[in-house]
Amino acid sequence: MFRVVRKREWHPTITELWVEAPWVAKKHRPGQFVIVRVDENGERVPLTVVDTDKEEGTICLVFQKVGKSTFHMGLLNPGDAFADVVGPLGRPTHIENFGTVVCVGGGVGVAPLYPIAKGMKEAGNKLISIIGARTKELLILEDKVKAISDELIVTTDDGSYGMHGFVTDALKQVLDRDEKVDMVVSIGPVIMMKFVAKTCEPYKVPLVVSLNSIMVDATGMCGACRVSIGGVTRFVCVDGPEFDGYQVDYDELMQRQQMYLDEEKRALEKFREEHPEAFQGVC
Amino acid sequence: MAGEKKPKKGLNLNRMEMPRQDPKERIKNFNEVALGYTPEMAIAEAERCLQCKKPVCIDGCPAEVKIPEFIKLITEGKFVEASRKIKETNALPAVCGRVCPQEEQCEVLCVLHKKGAPVAIGRLERFVADYEAEVGAIEVPELPPRTGKRVAVVGSGPAGLTVAADLALMGHEVVIFEALHKAGGVLVYGIPEFRLPKAIVQREVDYIEKLGVKVVCDVVIGKTFTVDDLLNEEGFDAVFLGVGAGLPWFMDIPGENLNGVYSANEFLTRNNLMKAYLFPEYDTPIKVGRKVAVVGGGNVAMDAVRTALRLGAEEAHIVYRRSRAEMPAREEEIENAEAEGVIFDLLVNPVEILGDEKGWVKGMKCIRMELGEPDESGRRRPVPIEGSEFVMDVDMVVMAIGTGANPLVPSTTPDMETNRRGYIVADPETCKTTKKGVFAGGDIIRGAATVILAVGDGKKAARAIDHYLKTGEW
Ligand SMILES: Cc1cc2nc3c(=O)[nH]c(=O)nc-3n(C[C@H](O)[C@H](O)[C@H](O)COP(=O)(O)OP(=O)(O)OC[C@H]3O[C@@H](n4cnc5c(N)ncnc54)[C@H](O)[C@@H]3O)c2cc1C
Ligand SMILES: Cc1cc2nc3c(=O)[nH]c(=O)nc-3n(C[C@H](O)[C@H](O)[C@H](O)COP(=O)(O)OP(=O)(O)OC[C@H]3O[C@@H](n4cnc5c(N)ncnc54)[C@H](O)[C@@H]3O)c2cc1C
Ligand code: SF4
Ligand code: SF4
Ligand code: FES
Repeated sequence: MFRVVRKREWHPTITELWVEAPWVAKKHRPGQFVIVRVDENGERVPLTVVDTDKEEGTICLVFQKVGKSTFHMGLLNPGDAFADVVGPLGRPTHIENFGTVVCVGGGVGVAPLYPIAKGMKEAGNKLISIIGARTKELLILEDKVKAISDELIVTTDDGSYGMHGFVTDALKQVLDRDEKVDMVVSIGPVIMMKFVAKTCEPYKVPLVVSLNSIMVDATGMCGACRVSIGGVTRFVCVDGPEFDGYQVDYDELMQRQQMYLDEEKRALEKFREEHPEAFQGVC
Repeated sequence: MAGEKKPKKGLNLNRMEMPRQDPKERIKNFNEVALGYTPEMAIAEAERCLQCKKPVCIDGCPAEVKIPEFIKLITEGKFVEASRKIKETNALPAVCGRVCPQEEQCEVLCVLHKKGAPVAIGRLERFVADYEAEVGAIEVPELPPRTGKRVAVVGSGPAGLTVAADLALMGHEVVIFEALHKAGGVLVYGIPEFRLPKAIVQREVDYIEKLGVKVVCDVVIGKTFTVDDLLNEEGFDAVFLGVGAGLPWFMDIPGENLNGVYSANEFLTRNNLMKAYLFPEYDTPIKVGRKVAVVGGGNVAMDAVRTALRLGAEEAHIVYRRSRAEMPAREEEIENAEAEGVIFDLLVNPVEILGDEKGWVKGMKCIRMELGEPDESGRRRPVPIEGSEFVMDVDMVVMAIGTGANPLVPSTTPDMETNRRGYIVADPETCKTTKKGVFAGGDIIRGAATVILAVGDGKKAARAIDHYLKTGEW
């Protein structure tokens, strides 16, 4: 179980893995995620299910290497296996024909955004996708997103590809058009989602964001993932991961993501010494 | 190894103490605090049992352990046989011997209790179970012919493990589905190593697997499969829900989402299940403050505060809104905590957690309480003393104020009734829910309680499930 069957390296820091998890593949709906553990000493890491192959019984995970666990996962090759994969977790995205939907993804957030965008398209919506990255090399899934979108706008912070600027700049242009936008869905770094909310606010367009808080069990048992939504504490793993983008306390979420900064650094340094091969091409 | 049988010398009221690790040493490690009896001690203690004709002690044991019979075997030096005697009715002797609140269960009814020295039933139970494992004598009883019926057990806590063991011994095929990556429920994620070594829980899980029970981890019922999927698509004839009451409560006071505030469940899970005390050898980190406040007065609070000490906290406080007499924790655990240097701030209740500019805990504003009239629970109600607010100097807070029902399973099983507080409605005698073919027991039907009550439910449910499978009667 949980064997890796295919691997694609998008970038030295972004990896795609297709993993055997037939039960998850069968039940998964857009917006849901899994918890994986790389080995017996591993921590429980949440990753969105980006795509599934129900016949093959596999799920697709795309992750950015940011710390020990994700660098470790990057070493897995076809034939290797995760110790654990459990899911699908969280509530599925509310998908229906809203009219025109704009999907805004930043960085590796484009990966979790993809199944939602696809679901929105399949439900009959007009789909405008805006995806962005710091620079051209970090842009992922462009072809896949393009294939399902009525319109695709790509941005890079440094102007190395597509429109020069942030996804929020492109979003503002779309919202300024004559055409009515019925819904915005956004996934990316918390700071980006915070600015997407600021951008959308004057237009009073409904906004859904998907939050990536720190998790442990992801079954509602520990409360590690708690966030403030409209002043009320909610658990991202069972009440989310998606919430009304105008109600989220983004600053608190960013603060809580910093909780283990020192430990994460220590773990990463230790792993770098033991496994320099995991860091090839990473500066 | 057997001690020679000594003649009965009338009443012996010298209850045999169990050796423990020295408090100064034990707060530096996660090894078990209680060290257990030697064979000589066990025999001496066993000989105090009067072998009553009407053993009232058994009435206090939800697992119906044949107490005088197993104790008699100890006096004869037949330790392995004694352990097997217990296992005829209780598959988890090494666990129950350690964590049962014996002082309120079997031992409180023992005829020697009135004389102030009940037989140490729990310690003897623990001794024989450990002895059997140490000499490698664990043996699987002969299983009856297979019935061809299949039962899905959801959750691998004491309720689930018990129902699975009993059903396997009745010849049914049993699969346990567990959401986490390790079986054992609270026994692995909640109760710390120093009170219940995880190797012992694993041993009991291994035993149940040897009975032919299949344990499948990484499956969340309500997500990976629903209860209806189990019955209609996965080919199970009955389902038992032993999902516990794991949803942590918070106080709803300002500052609870600051960095450095944990639920007891998170703090204990990081440490026990994820082995954060061995970070970075294990990947999961844990924070521990210099001065830690644990809010609550139950077993969970004692476990959390003693864990904080072992992780290196300079000061560890229990903050409890009533007085010591009302604390729901076992007396033994309160004493252990006191011996280890835990500071008890009683009749104190937090009103706000204060943070620094970076969002970390830097203090906790509390108010002093006094006891008023008794409330529904019979305990005197704590009332705040106006104007008595003060700030405790702490940099970490653990909330151990209780847990409730997790809605994951009920919300995906619409035709099964729950009560006002979200617990599953089940017949106390048969554990039948309002949905045909579905049974439930343990914390999910009564709220956070004890291991032995969960074991008791598992036994009742196994009998009722067996009956249902054989007759189809609901
Ligand atoms: C519902 C959900 C879906 C996600 N989907 C994806 C995805 O599809 N692709 C992807 O690249 N990332 C995803 N993430 C984020 C991913 O889980 C973290 O990047 C990962 O845990 C980092 O682990 P690490 O050990 O490599 O890094 P660390 O060094 O541990 O930490 C780096 C950063 O990751 C965050 N983090 C650490 N531990 C956890 C944890 N247990 N849970 C969540 N965040 C943590 C920290 O805030 C920190 O800022 C998702 C998160 C959530 C909650
Ligand atoms: C820290 C702590 C200390 C305690 N100390 C004592 C003590 O000293 N003595 C005592 O008698 N009692 C003690 N208790 C209470 C005791 O542990 C519980 O009453 C007992 O474990 C309840 O057993 P259970 O089988 O109902 O559920 P649990 O032990 O809670 O097990 C439930 C299991 O079900 C799993 N599960 C939940 N939902 C799902 C799902 N949807 N799908 C699949 N699996 C699922 C959970 O992951 C868990 O493993 C303590 C509890 C805690 C938290
Ligand atoms: S299982 Fe618990 S209650 Fe029963 S005899 Fe053993 S210690 Fe006593
Ligand atoms: S009541 Fe006490 S003395 Fe009598 S059989 Fe039970 S344990 Fe022995
Ligand atoms: S991750 Fe534990 S409750 Fe959400």
